Amino acid sequence: MTDKTVDDFTRALLDVDRLAAKQILQKRGHDTAPIKFAEDVVLPALERIGTGWQEGTFALSQVYMAGRICEDLIDEILPPEDPDRKNQPRMAICILSDHHKLGKIMVYSFLRASGFDLSDYGVMEVDDLVEQVQKDNIDILLISVLMLPSALKIRTVKQKLDRLGCDVKLIAGGAPFRFDDQLWKTVGADAMCRDASDAVSVIEKIMEGMA
Amino acid sequence: MNQRSVTSMQRVLTTLGHQEPDRVPFFLLATLHGAKEVGLPIKTYFSDPDNVVEGQMRLLAKYRHDCIYGFFYAPVEIAAFGGEVVFIDDGPPNSGEPVIKKAGDIKNLAVPDVKNTPCLEKVLTAIHRLKHRVKDAVPIIGVVMSPFSLPVMQMGFDRYFDLMFDDPDLFAHLMKLNQAFCAAWANAQLAAGATAICYFDPVSSTTITTREMYLKTGYAVAQQTLAEINGPTATHMASGRCLPIIDDISATGTAAVGVSCHEDLALIKTACRGKISVIGNLNGIEMCRWSAKDAETRVKEAIAKAGAGGGFILSDNHGEIPFQVPDDVLTAISEAVHEWGRYPLEWTAGR
Repeated sequence: MTDKTVDDFTRALLDVDRLAAKQILQKRGHDTAPIKFAEDVVLPALERIGTGWQEGTFALSQVYMAGRICEDLIDEILPPEDPDRKNQPRMAICILSDHHKLGKIMVYSFLRASGFDLSDYGVMEVDDLVEQVQKDNIDILLISVLMLPSALKIRTVKQKLDRLGCDVKLIAGGAPFRFDDQLWKTVGADAMCRDASDAVSVIEKIMEGMA
Repeated sequence: MNQRSVTSMQRVLTTLGHQEPDRVPFFLLATLHGAKEVGLPIKTYFSDPDNVVEGQMRLLAKYRHDCIYGFFYAPVEIAAFGGEVVFIDDGPPNSGEPVIKKAGDIKNLAVPDVKNTPCLEKVLTAIHRLKHRVKDAVPIIGVVMSPFSLPVMQMGFDRYFDLMFDDPDLFAHLMKLNQAFCAAWANAQLAAGATAICYFDPVSSTTITTREMYLKTGYAVAQQTLAEINGPTATHMASGRCLPIIDDISATGTAAVGVSCHEDLALIKTACRGKISVIGNLNGIEMCRWSAKDAETRVKEAIAKAGAGGGFILSDNHGEIPFQVPDDVLTAISEAVHEWGRYPLEWTAGR
């Protein structure tokens, strides 16, 4: 897969051109496994767009639409139960305590488009979340928030999980964390994501530590 | 100008005229701290306009800033459209389940009557009573959500993006409804005594939409809506970036722009100089853990970058101070602007 393929795919995503993105996918050749395309083309393209958003070059609307397009494309060639999906820890994602779904949707899309699979818990409050995480024996929990008070509740989630002896890595993300790069430590998270594409590298790093 | 003889109104008008007043004006855009001042839970505080009047007056006396903030909370507009407001003990009320659950609901949406909607009436009553208290000495800032940004609360960000990209006709219909509401709501606040309207428009920021999309959508909506508002306006990006669209924002007819801490205030000021005033850009989230020294340093940095020549109001970058920001920090910010904001800003020479 050449840099030009990644360039063209990135351009198609930024232009919200689903057809062009699909054509690039279809041209990949039969010898390229779907997971290879996800790793070599989709993920670099999404990372470029995510980094561009952090730097102010691209807009959130482009990040969101890129994630949705990629998730749909990858689902076609790599269904959720496909054995080619990465051998991975048990993961879940949720919104803590508010109704703003966009961040969670983007991270979920980016991760699935990159070949990961994870449970989507939707909107959760602290106690229900802790109970669900324990029940599902989750290894990595991604928590998305928009409001500062919701971000501060992650501390309680962490304390309750610790008390139950659950060995769960918490990854925090959302607006408050982008405005204070120390906040994730304050609330007791193990890592933070500055944007949706960040989630992949953060999870891979945690997986290295778990190996 | 002598600081003692100048009212906040004169100070603000001078800076908006791109002249240097006696000192840099300071807008403490605090809502929830009013509840702290009067010793009430947030939900109780907003249930009675007299609480808000008392809270705002106490904040004004305590922090010696240059505006009254007539804003209650953003979802008050959602409540007007029949939606749910979720109160919490330690933060701003949030919007609940979206009032538009599917695109088709837009067709059935009705524009609220601003003069006969109880939640809006409380805001108008508070503004009216605040005007009676401060008269023309202190500007009262009313607030509206832009028609282009309100749908984030009306239907959720994801559905709104889908609408914007996939259904331009329905998007245009929603804008028409929201524009009618926004202009009426702004004009009711002006009639009640607000001096100016803060037009919150984060979706127009380049953090959220591209300039290309903005020119086709948020820009056109702002131009039409601001023209219908019978008073001065300031456009606030609520932490979103806007440097690439400063000239476009200026062309909408707004007098000032509230900018993000993620952009260099010096570059923003250069782009705005003589055209549009700058409001900003202290980081409200970081403010929660600032020391008094941090507060002074950040205030000095902002003044050094944007204070010269007027056209600058010191404020936070979001348009709402988080409840978790300690009073000591707000006091330190106030003291710093009173100390370092006096014109002429000789101490900034050579920085």
